[in-house]
Amino acid sequence: MRHRSAPILLLCLSLVVAPSWSRTVEDSAGRRVEIPDKVERVYAAGPPASILVYVVAPDRLTGWPRAPRDYERPYLAAEYRDLPETGRLTGRGNSANLEVVLRSRPHLIIDFGSINDTYVSLADRVQAQTGIPYLLIDGRFDNTPTALRLVADILGVSARGEELASYAEGLFQELDEAMDGVPEESRPRVYMARGPDGQETGLKGSINTEIIERAGGVNVADPGDASVRRGIVRSSMEQVIAVDPDTIVTWDENFYRRVWDDPLWAGITAVRDGRVYFSPTAPFGWIDRPPSLNRLMGLKWLSGVFFPDRFAHDLRTETRRFYKLFYHVDLDDTDLERLIAWAQQRPAD
Amino acid sequence: MGAAATGRLTATVWLGLLAGLVTLLAFAAALIGPFAVSPGQVVAAIGRRLAGVTDPASQQIDTVLFAVRLPRIAAALLVGAALSAAGAVYQGLFRNPLVSPDILGVSTGAGLGAVLGIFLSLPVFAIQGLAFVGGLATVALVYLVANAVRGHEPTLVLVLAGVVLGALAGACISLMKILADPYDQLPAITFWLLGSLASIRADDVWTAAPAVIIGLVPLVLLRWRVNLLSLGDDEAAALGVDPGRLRILLVAAATLMTASVVAIAGVVGWVGLVIPHIARLIVGPNFDRLLPTAMLLGAAYMLVVDTLARTIAETETPLGVLTAFIGAPVFVWLLASGRRSW
Repeated sequence: MRHRSAPILLLCLSLVVAPSWSRTVEDSAGRRVEIPDKVERVYAAGPPASILVYVVAPDRLTGWPRAPRDYERPYLAAEYRDLPETGRLTGRGNSANLEVVLRSRPHLIIDFGSINDTYVSLADRVQAQTGIPYLLIDGRFDNTPTALRLVADILGVSARGEELASYAEGLFQELDEAMDGVPEESRPRVYMARGPDGQETGLKGSINTEIIERAGGVNVADPGDASVRRGIVRSSMEQVIAVDPDTIVTWDENFYRRVWDDPLWAGITAVRDGRVYFSPTAPFGWIDRPPSLNRLMGLKWLSGVFFPDRFAHDLRTETRRFYKLFYHVDLDDTDLERLIAWAQQRPAD
Repeated sequence: MGAAATGRLTATVWLGLLAGLVTLLAFAAALIGPFAVSPGQVVAAIGRRLAGVTDPASQQIDTVLFAVRLPRIAAALLVGAALSAAGAVYQGLFRNPLVSPDILGVSTGAGLGAVLGIFLSLPVFAIQGLAFVGGLATVALVYLVANAVRGHEPTLVLVLAGVVLGALAGACISLMKILADPYDQLPAITFWLLGSLASIRADDVWTAAPAVIIGLVPLVLLRWRVNLLSLGDDEAAALGVDPGRLRILLVAAATLMTASVVAIAGVVGWVGLVIPHIARLIVGPNFDRLLPTAMLLGAAYMLVVDTLARTIAETETPLGVLTAFIGAPVFVWLLASGRRSW
């Protein structure tokens, strides 16, 4: 009974408490959007946005673009694990039904990620069609504190935004200070291996690999030419051998399992030295997948992996703190150890 | 000397030229690549390999040459030859120059198998296995459906069944693309469906080559009867050939060849359509000469395309893109020139 009446009650309430339109905010694309004073329900247009809203104010989220998998569920707060699946409105693979979007009666739609003309026009169209204000927030790593403050302010939880933004700023500052003056030669040369054969990668400058540079590494997938579109590409084995990365990061289990015994990868410095690192992906990926706030956790981890002498933080403490602060979960020892073992797997395991 | 003998002589000359061209291209391709290896180093590496000595200092050169570049060249030759042979068979079988090896849904079926493998996050070997099985299963299903319908025009019913089931498999692929993880699996699916030899290793060639050869055997043995089949079912039957049984055997052989190369290379379009066509322009429709010419031409074409794919940019260019960019204009030109040497 409780389950059935709750949405109806919400619906009635929302009809009674009509939003008052009183504020105009400017989003990252420079669009001026009028939004209600109280934003109680937010539709996240894609996975990155759902993480942003979940982190800042989980009670506003109308649903997950894609339902959490079983292994991801323990790392989400119990109240929000079972939110409905709402599909994606923009980005790759548009799977949302506008009527489903409307059914959850959101006061606001938020998209978080790259900003370009396609996304701007999509946002304008959906906004015109549904009458629901649609905000585009720049998902670049360096924009994280700004994005957190902006969204927290819109959702009326400025103090929370400040707390999260200062965590991000503190982390960025710590990295900048520690890395200041470190010449390029003494930074790790990193290849991000994606896909089951490890031969997909993100070019330097793409949103998918920003974390490598931010954590002080050098992305070896660098076409040099500034005109090249930065995104996910396929690389050949020969290119990998030619650039010979000394560090590899991945989240693909199939690739991680086989890389150690694969004769082609065996000659790569990173594999020979045992410097292939396997990122956890629960509830969200640490280094990417999707490119959102979840990367802050990966930043903490990767900087320690890249420069063990400079960043001597304890991964257990930092993981517990991050999951509490950002994901609203108190990790129990089993769940925490699963993540730590995941991130610290070595070839012998 | 009669016209037939002259034709055979021309064909022999062409075959010799093509074989020389393929060898030359293979040597050239072995020297090209992002990892700089000089011709001297190549010769030295081959010498070391033949003498059985290892040199720790040039271990990376050996890896690049013997584990990356040569398997890839071998795979390009294999894929080009197999797709062109299959295309030549299908075009003769359906008496239609617009037919490609995909006509009965083998590529779409293989695509569906591979996409399923990627969707389930399986290892690479399992993805290839599913692609192979998917290709074979789709064509088998097409055959069963066509047999159940039993129309007056067996080839027409077969093609229609292929189109229908191909569309169905295509729809399943689209469905899985929607359900797949957009940050993880979707790029992998897209890359696979565009075809690439980027992740080829020697094992893949050793797995696919026997299957291709098994498929090739009936084609070579039955090369004369393929000519009879292209006269039409009634004429073929009058000449003592059972068109139904011959067709099933040839379709099975061509499908086996196509499925085994698609499993390792992904979906590579155009080769099986354009190459047999060009081969027919060169040596005429006689399958006896058409088959080897198409195979050599296809091997050479695929090698050139794949060498471009791995060298024109810092990253890989999908094969499907290049074959279409080169294949489409050639095909239009062929259509426009309107030669019906068929």
